[in-house]
Amino acid sequence: MANEFLEPITEQTFYLNMGPQHPSTHGVLRLFLKLDGEYIVEADPVIGYGHRGHEKMAESHLYEQFLPNTSRMDYLAGLIFNHGYVAAVEKMAGIEVPPRAEYIRVICAELNRISSHLLWFGTYVMDLGGFTPFLYSFDDRENILDILDRVSGSRLTYSYCRFGGVSRDVDDEFITATHQFVERLRSRWDDYHNLVTKNVIFIHRAKDVGVINRELALRFGCTGPILRAAGVPYDVRKAEPYSVYSELDFEIPTGTKGDALDRYLVRLQEMEQSLHIIEQALERLPDGAIKAAVPNKVRPPRGDYYFAVESARGAVGFYIVSDGTSYPYRLKARVPSYGNLQVLTEVLPGTLVADTISILGSIDIVVPEVDR
Amino acid sequence: MAAWQNLVNFLGPDLARIIVGLVGVLALVQVNALFLVWLERKVAAHIQLRIGPKEVGPFGILQTIVDGIKLVSKELITPRHVDRKLFVLAPIAVFLPVLVSFVVIPFSERLLIRDMNVGLLLIFAFSTFNVLAVLVGGWASNNKYSLLGAVRAVAQNVAYEIPLLLTVLSVVMWSNSLQMSEIVASQSKVWHVFWMPVAALIYLICALAETNRAPFDIPEAESELVAGFHTEYGGMRFALFFLAEYSNMLIVAAVATTLFFGGWKSFPGLGFLPVPGLIWFFAKTYLLIFVAIWVRWTFPRLRFDQLMNFCWKIMIPAALLHLIVYAGIIKLVR
Repeated sequence: MANEFLEPITEQTFYLNMGPQHPSTHGVLRLFLKLDGEYIVEADPVIGYGHRGHEKMAESHLYEQFLPNTSRMDYLAGLIFNHGYVAAVEKMAGIEVPPRAEYIRVICAELNRISSHLLWFGTYVMDLGGFTPFLYSFDDRENILDILDRVSGSRLTYSYCRFGGVSRDVDDEFITATHQFVERLRSRWDDYHNLVTKNVIFIHRAKDVGVINRELALRFGCTGPILRAAGVPYDVRKAEPYSVYSELDFEIPTGTKGDALDRYLVRLQEMEQSLHIIEQALERLPDGAIKAAVPNKVRPPRGDYYFAVESARGAVGFYIVSDGTSYPYRLKARVPSYGNLQVLTEVLPGTLVADTISILGSIDIVVPEVDR
Repeated sequence: MAAWQNLVNFLGPDLARIIVGLVGVLALVQVNALFLVWLERKVAAHIQLRIGPKEVGPFGILQTIVDGIKLVSKELITPRHVDRKLFVLAPIAVFLPVLVSFVVIPFSERLLIRDMNVGLLLIFAFSTFNVLAVLVGGWASNNKYSLLGAVRAVAQNVAYEIPLLLTVLSVVMWSNSLQMSEIVASQSKVWHVFWMPVAALIYLICALAETNRAPFDIPEAESELVAGFHTEYGGMRFALFFLAEYSNMLIVAAVATTLFFGGWKSFPGLGFLPVPGLIWFFAKTYLLIFVAIWVRWTFPRLRFDQLMNFCWKIMIPAALLHLIVYAGIIKLVR
């Protein structure tokens, strides 16, 4: 029996559980990795640690009562999720939204998109070991949180939209603060580019790392910056324009290769486009009501409805089945991070442990959004 | 007094000198770590638009002491799955060679514990020992992250030792001695950095890698390996790793000062100032450390394979070429 200890070890690989408690899995994601030295042989993202059953919760809540849940699915783009849910119910119940409310929604949603991208920028560079840009971007992001806090009363989980409009009107101070923020962020791009984009080490860490090409992105149903970085100019705001996006002028930045650097550049350009949208929307902001007259309990007619918006991470769709009562019969949220995360199983094998962090960071997942 | 005299007579002047010196070094290492942690936090804070520690003492300078007390008062946890003996040994082993290296560094004209004719050799021999302790700590922790961190540390330190020694060799050839005081003396007119800027640059880059500082902090890359080789360590054992890291920074900066920046001699053109050599020495050393801190809080981290490629494909050939060229120059001049 002693001989079995003398036999050479034939197994070259070992398993590593990265997460659910790990500094760089951005929440409670668990990556089950099979490693050969530092090279990854197999990768399996394990999800469900943040499951709270939002979709089931919807079935026992009034349409109005479910609204706060939506901003808790994706806590970084809560306002956009609010917008998507509210717009879906408005479509079901045939509620007309006053134009001023639509413009306010767009301004706030774009601010929210920028705040999400700024946070991503900081955490991504921090994943790569650069700590300082994180604090720079958080300093800028704080301005957005202050602006949205003033208007919605909340810094993260806004619940600002209402069926038929928004909860509170914006004032002149909001408009000047937003203008100031647009100016400020524009003046900061140089800092960001000098500190990160032009940094040789950063380029080495991001270029040709985690290539998600067009075919792969489409196969896994990736949306958002990942799909656009692969060269597919798909953005719900352009493809199926909702709210007042069809009246606004903006471009969809795309990449070519679909590596981490492309995703990084696409997000930075998106922030610039969002600033452009905000400026136009502020200029055109009409006067008038901010909320249509809506009954206390919304009772959408019987049927199936789907409505999608573009969040910071991709297409968010709410599929709602109504049985004619004031409670949804079934609600299904189609979230972008779910599809974006699955692509890891294809991309990670063959890369190094350090690249795992870079790839995971560049995909920008929000785990509570995946788990719901 | 008589007893004291007897002791000195019994030990002999050399041994007494070494004992006094080691006590002094121990004090220096502690004070240096306290100061450096504070400096690092303060500099990092100002780079990041923050103000850093400010509550404890003037400008928060006592913050590290309070942190140190916290670490000392913590329970020493030894996880059940570790190799107990090695686990306990590693933090001590990482710290001891640090003390020895200070013995031969000339802090000023007089303040030099032991002026050995192989001083430089001693420093590099003992600084290599450090890697062994890291490997032992990572291995004994019996944790996959620790092991990955330890393996990375060994590979990195062994690789970067080569260009480091090659550049040091050209300095040795230039000053014709391994004795630290001789090397300082040979820079009385012109600092070596002006004769050999490339060597100084290579040395500083390798020194960053040797001390596991960003952008080469791969063994403890916190976003990848949680805390690398010291993941399982807590309390005072962690503090010893921490202390060793900051003391190593002081050593490589002190060696750089001695080899390239004129040691305890004044800055060029400032020789008329009545400032003792000790002050000049520490001014230069902490200036170099400041640069290291500056670099750390500016750059992202390299990937492991890129780091190794950088060493084997760029640093080593460059250092070797530098050595050959300077050997030729020295041969021609003398």
